[in-house]
Amino acid sequence: MAVDLSPIDADLLKTLTDVHGIPDGAYNIRKDGELLTRSSSANIEIATKTDNPGIDIFIKEGTKGEKVYIPVIMSKAGMTDVVYNTFHVADDCDVTIIAGCGIHNDAHEKAEHDGIHTFNIGKNSRVKYIERHYGEGTGDGERVLNPVTKVYMDSDSYCEMELSQIGGVTSTQRDTDAEVGAGSKLVLLEKLLTNGDQVAVSNMKVELKGEDSSVQVISRSVAQDNSKQTFNPLVIGEAPCNAHVQCDAIIMGNATVTAIPGIEAAHEDAQLVHEAAIGKIAGDQITKLMTLGLTEEEAEAEILDDFLS
Amino acid sequence: MLELKDIVFEVPVTEGSSETKRIIDGISLSIDTDKFVVITGPNGGGKSTLAKLIMGIEKPTSGKIIFKGQDITNLPITERARLGIGYGFQQPARFKGMKVKKLLELAAGKRLPMLACNEYLSEVGLCSANYLTREVDKSLSGGELKRIEIATVLAANPDLAIYDEPEAGIDLWSFDRLTQTFEELYKQENGKSIIIISHQERIIELADEIVCLRDGKIESQGTVEEILPQLGLSAKSNSYCSFTEPPDLHLTEISTNC
Repeated sequence: MAVDLSPIDADLLKTLTDVHGIPDGAYNIRKDGELLTRSSSANIEIATKTDNPGIDIFIKEGTKGEKVYIPVIMSKAGMTDVVYNTFHVADDCDVTIIAGCGIHNDAHEKAEHDGIHTFNIGKNSRVKYIERHYGEGTGDGERVLNPVTKVYMDSDSYCEMELSQIGGVTSTQRDTDAEVGAGSKLVLLEKLLTNGDQVAVSNMKVELKGEDSSVQVISRSVAQDNSKQTFNPLVIGEAPCNAHVQCDAIIMGNATVTAIPGIEAAHEDAQLVHEAAIGKIAGDQITKLMTLGLTEEEAEAEILDDFLS
Repeated sequence: MLELKDIVFEVPVTEGSSETKRIIDGISLSIDTDKFVVITGPNGGGKSTLAKLIMGIEKPTSGKIIFKGQDITNLPITERARLGIGYGFQQPARFKGMKVKKLLELAAGKRLPMLACNEYLSEVGLCSANYLTREVDKSLSGGELKRIEIATVLAANPDLAIYDEPEAGIDLWSFDRLTQTFEELYKQENGKSIIIISHQERIIELADEIVCLRDGKIESQGTVEEILPQLGLSAKSNSYCSFTEPPDLHLTEISTNC
């Protein structure tokens, strides 16, 4: 299906997917609240939901090495787009899902996208999920993204989620809930950059329900100018399990970062650890890079870039 | 290449105090091209401060620093680095998220092929296949971090390289490899000079010139033959320019078989 993309849309898509134009394989591209183009593959079927706006993505048992792209782009202000996407990953799969939302807002009105993503991951399946959120535009209209992510993992599965907000989002509230089955591992990597007067709240609740289940939560964030971030992950161990929660934030200007990592053990063999650190860029880091010929500004940009890489 | 003219560096006794303490007390020193200079002396003698003054990390209270004929006394660190001064820190910084390869590339000022990175790391006794993709964060041991720090200066290849106690925190086997690297690099007549702050006899022996600092002043200066006997390292006696504490040498079981 031939699709004409405006330069703005093409740039937004590239930022979200790292792909020029329309990707190969299975994809569903949504623009300004409507389907722009869709393609299913032999093993991955994408179908429109009948009860809510959104799609069901069915990934057949044994599907390996395939990718699914489901980016959303918005270049129209004055609308709130709510979409429900449900992934049904059968047993023994190994797939990569690339999602995200890019908003280009040159207007004075708000543009908001709320994506509710649900993952049902079958036995022995591996899922890598990459979600990027990005905002741009010259107007003072708010760019709002409130994603909800729900993950249900069957036994012996693995799920790695890389959730990043790479700039330009005025306000976000992220809610991530997960239930992890026996022998399964969940890795949640969240990267957040806020500046200006932006506000970001990230709530997570991970329940380790099965024996030998584990979760690793890594949060890396940079808060600049007057922005405010709240990071609020809770891990509950209900079985012999392992959890590690790590929150690292760099704070600059008059920004505020609140990190409230929580762990709750409901089994005597639950091993749960959390650590949180908030601080400015260390002076010795900048000095070292300056001795390599970088200016102070270049050194600062390099340090932030690597921290969020 | 480098000339220090009557350098004085004072700091307030306590923060905000007008009373000052003199850390460097009128040091004049000239370092020619192709020279290997070791600065040694007791702790608190001003060695690291002098090195920081040359790099621009500290600014002198008075005096002049001339590098390759240019007065760099008031130039910032970045400008000095671009003119060809490099610095290996005694306690290197850690960078969350930055890969070893990236740090080496920043040092070299260009993208580096894997082979070149391997070369720099093997020169400091690190098996690069394991290290290039690792992050320069707390997952590295102190000794590993220190050797990577030295590798960054090798990659930067400055005209004047300053190393502040490169042996501190490095195991004996890596130390051997490191000494060999310094020897190979700076015994060549390649138009480059090196200043190493060290307490190690093995490094001191390599020097064209030894400068012994005490209480912010040059206490003695000369060739290995002239100065080494006065240091009393072998006899461990408290003679002319002795150490108040033994040098740090942390033995670890890091494999250095590259």
